[in-house]
Amino acid sequence: MADVEQSEIDPNAPVTKISTPIELKYHFTAGRAASRFMRGLMKKKILGQRCPSCLKVYVPPRGSCASCGVPTEEEVELPPKGIVTTYCIVNVPFYGQKIKIPYVTGTILIDGADIGFMHLLQEVEAEEVRMGMRVEAVWQDDSEMVPGLESIKYFRPTGEEDAPFEEYKEYV
Amino acid sequence: MREVAVVSFAQSKSVRRADDQNEVEMLMPVVSQAIANSGVPRKEIGFTISGSCDYLGGVPFAFVSGLDAVGAWPPITESHVEMDGAWALYEAWVRLQHGDIDSALVYSFGKSSLGDISQVLSQQLDPYYLAPLWPDSVSLGAIQTRSWLDSGHSEKELAQLVSRNRQFASTNEHSQITKLIDPETYLAKPYIIEPLRIDDCPPVSDGACALVLVAGDRAKACSTRLAWIKGIDHRSEPHSLGVRDLSISVSTKQAGKNCGALDIRADICELHAPFSAQQAILEEALGIDESVIVNPSGGALCANPVMAAGLIRIGEAASRIINGEANCAIAHATAGPCLQQNLVCVLEGGN
Repeated sequence: MADVEQSEIDPNAPVTKISTPIELKYHFTAGRAASRFMRGLMKKKILGQRCPSCLKVYVPPRGSCASCGVPTEEEVELPPKGIVTTYCIVNVPFYGQKIKIPYVTGTILIDGADIGFMHLLQEVEAEEVRMGMRVEAVWQDDSEMVPGLESIKYFRPTGEEDAPFEEYKEYV
Repeated sequence: MREVAVVSFAQSKSVRRADDQNEVEMLMPVVSQAIANSGVPRKEIGFTISGSCDYLGGVPFAFVSGLDAVGAWPPITESHVEMDGAWALYEAWVRLQHGDIDSALVYSFGKSSLGDISQVLSQQLDPYYLAPLWPDSVSLGAIQTRSWLDSGHSEKELAQLVSRNRQFASTNEHSQITKLIDPETYLAKPYIIEPLRIDDCPPVSDGACALVLVAGDRAKACSTRLAWIKGIDHRSEPHSLGVRDLSISVSTKQAGKNCGALDIRADICELHAPFSAQQAILEEALGIDESVIVNPSGGALCANPVMAAGLIRIGEAASRIINGEANCAIAHATAGPCLQQNLVCVLEGGN
């Protein structure tokens, strides 16, 4: 250290801060159920699992029913269609944003599923999106398919009649 | 004190890499098995607690997803320790002393394979002086082994100890390393980090375990043969390795004294010693002589799912009491670097 710098350090001053960077690398394990779900998406299939106890269908499947604490082994193939149970309109620009704002992110409850997942809504004006709106998946081009929800490019309205609130009120 | 017994125990087979299973998938069968064998209906369990470490998977609040294995609906009373499951068992034991509930589920899980476990463990050291140097756990094990050897022991003792543990592990269906090794073969092997040979070190293991504790008369109604916890205590030593004599384990001795382990004649003893010399240090601290069968499971030297390996020691000891192989057992668990924290409990068979 240069003399000039040393002279600026008060040897009696308490050390108030040290920097100790930590970097650890991990292998992520999705698990059996999630792996099947993600590989299914590459084949344009939505695979859920039914709980043998409460009969609820998990999409994405977790391999277990969090309520009953039992393995969910029965696989259920579901259609790439569902309803918007709730949504938000994104108006905030942020670094790395790929989609032009305003756009809509919604919770999609796939037909036959008992848990929704978040996805993007397109081919619809933000102000037209509503709870109960029926939507369908638009898949990526075959060359763009990956084992993950990105294989669904987005969901778009089917134009069918909205689902009544009674039908999905337990999932909001 | 309210009497508390281990009524059931289940564990997975320890494996090098449970690649296709996530933590919940690994845990669920053992939780279900422990509950089924306890005779206590799942919905009647009064308290649920787990021991695990978020650093193992690099996922914050990883223990929350572990609850998927339990069936936490309707809401349950639940707790967690960021420690080996043996300390979760201690909290459950204390909770049962309150007297308002009769049973508790204790489980732990660890996938040591997800990161570089020897590096991950270095981050449990003090954050100012030691952790920034990244001393890996095997090197710290070597320092402790050297300290023990220099206090008047020989590598031949380790050769005997390793060989004996392997003999036991060869008949343990849950063990990861099951290959026999004779003392001569051990001694002919090169050091990996002097004075450690590969066989002095634990394998990298993924595994899970669960047990059910039941108190008082409710326990007696569960089964005719139970493993009663006659005493339990845990003690901790300074965090800084430099201020400790690593060739002995003062905290194990204190915990052993407080729980009555030093005053009883045990048939078997399960010691949580990931490194071979640690087993010898623990035997000495607890005054274990040759009449006691030490680590009939093969010990953590042969299967070491981090965060579960300590609770497995208690479960192994309890299982041997429940199945009638033993009547009195000492079980021990450790946490932290170089046997920093130690838990000892005494288990006795009966109804």
